[in-house]
Amino acid sequence: MNNTTDKLILLSMRLITYAIVLVIGYILFDIIRNGASALNWQFVSAFPRRSGASGGIFPAIVGTLYLVVGTIAVSLPLGIGGAIYLSEYADQGRFNTMIRLAIITLAGVPSIVFGLFGLGLFVLFCGFGSSILAGSLTLACMVLPTIIVASEESLRAVPKGFRDASLALGATKWEMIRTNILPYSMSGMITGAILGIGRAAGETAPILLTVAAFYLPRLPKSVFDQVMALPYHLYILATQHPEAERIRHMQYGTALILLLLVLGLSLGAILIRTHFRKKFRW
Amino acid sequence: MVEQSIYPKDQKMVITTNQVNFFYGATQALFGISLLIPAKQVTALIGPSGCGKSTFLRCLNRMNDTIPHSRVEGEILINQQDIYAPGTDVVELRKKVGMVFQKSNPFPKSIFDNVAYGPRIHGEKNPRRLAEIVEQSLQQAAIWDEVKDRLQANAMGLSGGQQQRLCIARALAVGPKILLMDEPASALDPKATTRIEDLIGELRTNYTIVIVTHNMQQAARVSDYTAFFYEGNLIECDQTPKIFTNPREKQTEDYITGRFG
Repeated sequence: MNNTTDKLILLSMRLITYAIVLVIGYILFDIIRNGASALNWQFVSAFPRRSGASGGIFPAIVGTLYLVVGTIAVSLPLGIGGAIYLSEYADQGRFNTMIRLAIITLAGVPSIVFGLFGLGLFVLFCGFGSSILAGSLTLACMVLPTIIVASEESLRAVPKGFRDASLALGATKWEMIRTNILPYSMSGMITGAILGIGRAAGETAPILLTVAAFYLPRLPKSVFDQVMALPYHLYILATQHPEAERIRHMQYGTALILLLLVLGLSLGAILIRTHFRKKFRW
Repeated sequence: MVEQSIYPKDQKMVITTNQVNFFYGATQALFGISLLIPAKQVTALIGPSGCGKSTFLRCLNRMNDTIPHSRVEGEILINQQDIYAPGTDVVELRKKVGMVFQKSNPFPKSIFDNVAYGPRIHGEKNPRRLAEIVEQSLQQAAIWDEVKDRLQANAMGLSGGQQQRLCIARALAVGPKILLMDEPASALDPKATTRIEDLIGELRTNYTIVIVTHNMQQAARVSDYTAFFYEGNLIECDQTPKIFTNPREKQTEDYITGRFG
């Protein structure tokens, strides 16, 4: 390959990257420009009025927070546990490869399918009804593959030397994992959690079938209650609302809050991750 | 070919291996290794790459257990106990048989926590006792004076030679009787290598040491006995000066005179 083609390829790669950044930048700009005017204290602290045409979105913010917390609380321990099993304990044979392939495939399953699965299993079969519990479990199933893959990769990245040294000092396998593998792979696991948070907060289809209510006059009291959620609220305001055309600012405002919420949660996770990265560097 | 005759009459033996075969899956890596390891002496295992010397070393503390589809045959006795007998407590075994690796591998923790790691997982909680063990071990490994003022500093900040001596201290902290060293100086510069070799000379008064080395001069300098491995076979084992001046086997002579390997 000569110098000119090299430069051409570099240039086209650069243009493609810029194009992607530009598109995302424009979406962000559009949401902020149109949504900023809706933001005020009442918007984030009040209940909706006139089917969401005025008032605030407080219960939807709370609902989404509950769902994200519930989802991570279920999926993170399960995902890390699964990843530990796959990378440390399971036979690294063909069966393991198949499981890994299945997990990656699961990550690509459309979210509406997870919604139907959750409706069948958690809402109806387990009898949780349309509830935070059913919704969180459904979302947890959806983000599990992401968390498992990210965690497993970070576990495998821990150098063999640390493992050998622990074992040679008389550590049992679990002691080795607990003291000399998990701490170093924590940052990768948190990366998985960040991706999970983003998806759990933003998905509409799974919660539509398992937890979300369009309007509730009060906040949920237990995990068996329904909640409002930001993505579903946005979906209704934008497509189902009789005054959809005239309440664009409410739609954009909701989208902006959803973005800020995900950003805030991810930022928190990134800070924790930075802490672990600094503490264990090799 | 267990030969008692090369050792002094009253020499105590710590490890006896009998016809040890080792397999990686279908590939056999060791063929009928029978070797005696004398107490409080340094035994060097030499031979070209892939000759099985490291594999053999890792059989002695069962580190090969972690390799999937591997298999050991024969008998390895440490203090008359078969370490591959069913029901053997591997944790106890590894407490008695410490290991130092080729690439220094301190944990990304403080110097103190590195050395205290072993005692801690074996249940030592008393902070004063831990501090004692850490100081003792670091002194034995001849690194105390260099690190005593920064025990809380991250071990990754030490030089390569210091890291390796720290790893030796970490292994000693568990209180082993036997120390296995897998090319402990091969990644170090000559000065750091000399320090490790001096250290081995000091440690041999209290520990039984088995060292794998690529470097024949090193084997000649540090060891009392030398075993030559070739293609998975133990060719011969004798007192080190004898191996290097007047070996019995032609293969050994060819190797140490640099004709191959």
